[in-house]
Amino acid sequence: MDFARSLALTAPEILLSVSGLVLLLVAAWSGDKASRLVSILSVAALAAAAVLVAPALWGQAGGADVAAFGGQHRADAFAAFAKLLIYAGAGVTLIVAQSFFDGAKAMRAEFPLLVLFASLGMGMMVAAGDLLALYIGLELSSLASYVMASFLRTDERSAESGLKYFVLGSLASGILLFGMSLTYGFTGTTSYAGINAALAAGLSTGATFGVIFMLAGLAFKISAAPFHMWTPDVYEGAPTPVTTFFATSSKVAALGLLMRVCFEAFGSQPHAWQQVVIFAALLSIVIGALGAIGQKNIKRLMAYSSINNVGFMLIGLAAATKAGASAMLVYLAIYVAMSVAGFVAVLLLRDENGKQVEAISDIAGLSKTRPWLALALASVMFSLAGIPPLFGFWGKFVVFQAAVQADMIALAAIGIAASVIGAFYYLKVVKVMYFDEAADVVKGRGETSHTVLLLLSVLAISPLGYLGTKCLGTLAGYAAASLFPVG
Amino acid sequence: MTGFPILSLMLLVPLVAAVACLVVPREQARTVALVATLIDFVLGVILWANYDIGGAQWQFTENAALFAGFSWKLGIDGIALLLIALTVFLMPICIGASWESIDKRQGEYYAAFLLMETLMIGVFAAQDLFLFYIMFEAGLIPMYLIIGIWGGADRIYASYKFFLYTLLGSVLMLIAMFWMVNEAGTTDIPTLMSYNFPVHAQTLLWLAFFASFAVKMPMWPVHTWLPDAHVQAPTGGSVILAGVLLKMGGYGFIRFSLPMFPEASAQFAPLVFFLSMAAVVITSLIALVQHDMKKLIAYSSVAHMAIVTVGLFAFNQQGLEGSMLIMLSHGLVAGALFLSVGVIYDRLHTREISRYGGLSINMPYYAVFLLLFTMASIGLPGTSGFVGEFLSLMGVYQISSWVALICTTGIILGAAYMLYLYRRIAYGEQKNADAAAMADLDKREWAMMVPLAAVVLWMGVYPESFIAPMRKDIAALDARLAQARPKGDAQPTAGKPMAAHATEHNSAHQGAH
Repeated sequence: MDFARSLALTAPEILLSVSGLVLLLVAAWSGDKASRLVSILSVAALAAAAVLVAPALWGQAGGADVAAFGGQHRADAFAAFAKLLIYAGAGVTLIVAQSFFDGAKAMRAEFPLLVLFASLGMGMMVAAGDLLALYIGLELSSLASYVMASFLRTDERSAESGLKYFVLGSLASGILLFGMSLTYGFTGTTSYAGINAALAAGLSTGATFGVIFMLAGLAFKISAAPFHMWTPDVYEGAPTPVTTFFATSSKVAALGLLMRVCFEAFGSQPHAWQQVVIFAALLSIVIGALGAIGQKNIKRLMAYSSINNVGFMLIGLAAATKAGASAMLVYLAIYVAMSVAGFVAVLLLRDENGKQVEAISDIAGLSKTRPWLALALASVMFSLAGIPPLFGFWGKFVVFQAAVQADMIALAAIGIAASVIGAFYYLKVVKVMYFDEAADVVKGRGETSHTVLLLLSVLAISPLGYLGTKCLGTLAGYAAASLFPVG
Repeated sequence: MTGFPILSLMLLVPLVAAVACLVVPREQARTVALVATLIDFVLGVILWANYDIGGAQWQFTENAALFAGFSWKLGIDGIALLLIALTVFLMPICIGASWESIDKRQGEYYAAFLLMETLMIGVFAAQDLFLFYIMFEAGLIPMYLIIGIWGGADRIYASYKFFLYTLLGSVLMLIAMFWMVNEAGTTDIPTLMSYNFPVHAQTLLWLAFFASFAVKMPMWPVHTWLPDAHVQAPTGGSVILAGVLLKMGGYGFIRFSLPMFPEASAQFAPLVFFLSMAAVVITSLIALVQHDMKKLIAYSSVAHMAIVTVGLFAFNQQGLEGSMLIMLSHGLVAGALFLSVGVIYDRLHTREISRYGGLSINMPYYAVFLLLFTMASIGLPGTSGFVGEFLSLMGVYQISSWVALICTTGIILGAAYMLYLYRRIAYGEQKNADAAAMADLDKREWAMMVPLAAVVLWMGVYPESFIAPMRKDIAALDARLAQARPKGDAQPTAGKPMAAHATEHNSAHQGAH
């Protein structure tokens, strides 16, 4: 593997790093008045990176010839699928952030750069073929995320959310590192392929501990129960565009990382992690659903909903099959669309002073005053609940189908029965908007860009989305196939 | 048949109109809705006219592989044809029932109704397992909104109960469907209907489907959402709920549980019989003591539906045909009764039975129609209710005389609560001045009542029109069930002539027997 080839395979990362550094200089010299320009250029950089990444997905890249730098980085179809979702989430964040921070008089030219560097790190996470590359990508994205969470410096909740995220995120990183060191100690290598080969012979107690600690650390990052506690506070406190970023790109990156570790590094010992994943999946579904019932803030509700949804995605992982991996990716893609729609709709909820409306009681009777916005939010809620004909159902459909095909019928039955609990609180939001008397708090008009984004994402989660199932399924199939080199 | 996709068109017309209802000014939404439902009705008539009785089992088939994992596959047999006909017949009447009584958010109301129509036709026309599931489940959303927004005082509780009950029932069915598709390797309903699933697996699959259909049906003891939902729903919502939505459970049994799991169906028939007998007696008694007209009719629906389930699980042609006829008849009669309640509710805004009385004096035409529908609900010969109940009970009598005996008490109890209701509303003195001042039917109400009354009589006098399209399909189902048919408890045996006489007058005795 020559150096030029490695550089070619990491072209999207190089593009993002270089443009990030150049734009940093622009920001340093021009100050905050250049923030709009920097944002636009960052979106352009992300779009260009997406164009560079896409051929790997459509070309079903996989195998040995996509490994760069001695297997540290793998530019395969799976990485491409995840990166496209990450870049999409980051692009949406940049588009909605501009007007949000302008409104709060807090826009700084550094924000788009943080998003750019976080996306770079996330791209590295999902493409890592080695524990070291994994950790570098993870920390790069995490550090950027901590700063983003507390970006509204004058807002107490934002600062608190950043601090909480930092402390708990560091703890999780520590646990992950500990697991990695144990794994390294008992297998003698940090490369996924090497670990896989070393574990194929058998799993020693020490290596088991390594696997468990790594899973625990990663469960933190994907906010799966029982490591979910930080999620509601961070989601509520962080500025809404940043929450959007956490719910979309961060989620994709962490889940992509988890999938690759489970299938590529620990693929020879699926039983070691399947039980943990099943436990986390069911617990997340139940805790996400029960925790959401009492929530009064819509962002906190979305946080519990994300815990709930991670539980469903983990059911695809628990199946430990190619179909399961593909189902998970389909679910992730749909989840990104639902999250974008949900948070953009929340961003459009403003009172007459242009201040963000977050209390669920304040959107009472929204269907009378703003029928289309209410319809959009109701579609998101029914979609998150997985009620057909909305597209959110399809995510649950493929995941549970994979579980049944893997002969895990009991898991599927319990998981889907628990989803009914979740339906209750999604219904509550719809009830407040449609059945209650109008509180008439939401008055402000949103930006055109927000409305367009909302329209696009709602169309994606509407029944029209089913027309895309073939394309989405094929691409997710390519991506999942690249995780299973033998099969 | 022709290649023209008439079923897709029937699905598309109300869907497009639903979107249009949200966009047009709200005074015009009802016109859009009426036109769309009438177009669909005409299409339904064309569908029936072109249906080739005795022809291919599945007609008007369409198949487009639009989606991953399942396809847009439509097609109907006689059973589906009749239920689609019921749907498109009732829809314009529902819109008519809402014409003046809905005074807020008309656009959304009619949009929800039209969406409902699309989904109901979709349920009956779907030939793909997952397409069926999507249509089946999606109906929850518009119904939730109809009950919750335009319902009565306790509407929110009722809407939650309706939604969560039916959702919990359905999700397990989805898991069972995954297993079936995995096992049989196809999502095509006609293929699955003749696929022999392993007998041990059928038990669990049957239970999963039962969980869904029993709630939709609704069977005792999971019927409790129904009275709440009915009482709170607006008149149009009640008509569609009683008229068509409840039929989805029965359709599910006919289309899925019985042909796909015949052995498990036979195994669980005693359970179904027990629940149905309990339902007939208990809900009829509950109906007897109701003060609320809509609740009374809702409980009577549960009792009627119980006779449908016993007929279905009788495993013979009479029982199956009878059950189908009860479903059609109940769709018309319960719809008509809710409509009749709506007529007087619009005038007095109460459903309390005691607030009315002596209506036959000031509303004679109304009283006549109400009497006709009351009699049809009781099952008087000559009305639609009689044919189905008679056939269904005759079918179950071949299997178990006890079940037939207890279910027949439902007819007596039915007569009791319906006649008691009628006496309190239409006969006696005019106790309340405001009730006595109510005007008789207006033109719009005539236009809704007459078609219903006509079809109720038609089905009672000449049921062959309705039995003919489905006869072949019921016979096919009966043949499919033959392998698992349980033995009846009253098998007649040949008499044993006494020995001495047998030798002497053998031939004469045989002739006498």
